Amino acid sequence: MAGFDKRVSSYEEALAGLEDGMTVIAGGFGLCGIPENLINEIKRKGTRDLTVVSNNCGVDGFGLGVLLTDRQISKVVASYVGENKLFEEQLLKGEIEVILTPQGTLAEKMRAGGAGIPAFFTATGVGTPVADGKEVREFHGRKYLMEESITGDFAIVKGWKADHFGNVIYRHTAQNFNPLAATAGKITVVEVEEIVEPGELEPSQIHTPGIYVDRIICGTFEKRIEQRTVRK
Amino acid sequence: MALSREQMAQRVAREMQDGFYVNLGIGIPTLVANYIPEGMEVMLQSENGLLGMGPFPTEETIDADMINAGKQTVTARIGASIFSSAESFAMIRGGHVDLTVLGAFEVDVQGNIASWMIPGKLVKGMGGAMDLVAGADNIIVIMTHASKDGESKLLSQCSLPLTGAGCIKRVLTDLAYLEIENGAFVLKERAPGVSVEEIVAKTAGKLIIPDHVPEMQFADQ
Repeated sequence: MAGFDKRVSSYEEALAGLEDGMTVIAGGFGLCGIPENLINEIKRKGTRDLTVVSNNCGVDGFGLGVLLTDRQISKVVASYVGENKLFEEQLLKGEIEVILTPQGTLAEKMRAGGAGIPAFFTATGVGTPVADGKEVREFHGRKYLMEESITGDFAIVKGWKADHFGNVIYRHTAQNFNPLAATAGKITVVEVEEIVEPGELEPSQIHTPGIYVDRIICGTFEKRIEQRTVRK
Repeated sequence: MALSREQMAQRVAREMQDGFYVNLGIGIPTLVANYIPEGMEVMLQSENGLLGMGPFPTEETIDADMINAGKQTVTARIGASIFSSAESFAMIRGGHVDLTVLGAFEVDVQGNIASWMIPGKLVKGMGGAMDLVAGADNIIVIMTHASKDGESKLLSQCSLPLTGAGCIKRVLTDLAYLEIENGAFVLKERAPGVSVEEIVAKTAGKLIIPDHVPEMQFADQ
C-alpha cells in the first residue's frame, strides 16, 4: 500500500467519519459538477444537523435537494437557492437557516479558507443587508467589508479524472467551485469519472494538486441538465 | 410604444465596443448577445467560470458539463477559457470586465440597485449580482420602467433590500434611456412614440429633462 494511494473502494469508506453537526463544503454550480454520489451517500448514512456550504442547494429530489427531504441540513451557506420548492418552504417556515452570500464572496471564502487566510476585505455587499454586523474599513477612499473565510470538516468534490495521488482535473464548466471546495476541507473527498494511471495527467495541467485530497473514488454520474437549451 | 424585450436588448447592444469583455445577466440581458453589431468582436463572460461563451449547442453537441450562469447548456467559442469560480470573480471584482448588463426590481437617484429579494415574498438569493455591481465601472441596468400596476421602479430611494449602493449610472427601461447624475435621473432618450409626459408620470425619483430628448431609432420600425 503506497503512502500516496488515496483511492477508496466504497462510498461508505469515502465518507467514513462524517458525523452529525459537521460542516460540509460541496463543489458544483446548479447541478453542474456536483458530487452526486457522495451526496446520495450522506442521504443513505442519515447524517443530520449538517451545515452545508455550496453555491446552490440542488433541486427537489436531486443533488443537495435530496438531503432536504429528511431534514438532514440545518444550515445552508449559498448564493442562490431558487429552483427548489422544498428549500423555499423550509426556509419560510424557519426550519432551515440560510446565510445568503454573494457568489464571488462565497468562492473567495472557500479559497481563503483553504489558503490559511482567516478573513479578507471586499467591496461586494457594502451598503446592503450582507454588510449587517460586519466590519467596514476604508482603503484608498472606498469602503470594504470584512468577510471571514470558511473551512469544512469535509469537502465533497466532483472531478473528471484523477490519479491515485489525488491529482484532479475538471471537465469544462463542471470545474466551478470544485477546486476551491477541495482546498477547504479537513477531509477532502473527490469523486471522479475515471481514475487514470500514474503519470497520465500532465503535471502542469492539474487543477487540484493531490496535497489537498484525502480520498478518491470513481463513480458513475447521471449529470442531470437543469436548463436544456439548444440552438433554434 | 414601449420597447419590446428584443428592442431593449438591441438598444443596449449599441453600447458594446470592439474588444469588450462583457457579462450579461439572466433574462433580457442575455438577449443582448443576439444584437452584437456585425464585424465587432466581443467576449461574453459567464460567472460560473467561462470567458468566451458561444451559442447554444445543437441536440448533438449538448453537454451537461458546459453551462452558463443561467444554468442553460451553452458552447465555448474559439478563444474561450474556462476556470474556477474564484478566478471568475477575481475578473469581476478586479474590474477587468468592460461592461456588465443586469436586471433589477428597483433603482434610485443615488445609484442604488435592488434586485435580489422581496421580503416575505421571494428569496432566491443574489447569486453573482452583488459582486458584479461592486466590481464594474460600466454597468447598464435593463428593467421595465413601472410595474404592471403602473408603480414606478425608478425611485428617490429603493424600498427593497439593496444589491449595491451608489453603483448604477445608466438605466435602460422599456420607455427610456436614463443616466444617473448628482442625485437625479437624466432623461437621455425616449422609446419611439413615448411622450416625455408618460416618462415623467412613471418616474418617482427626481427627473431632469433636457431641452431635447431624442427618440431611439430602430431599423425595424
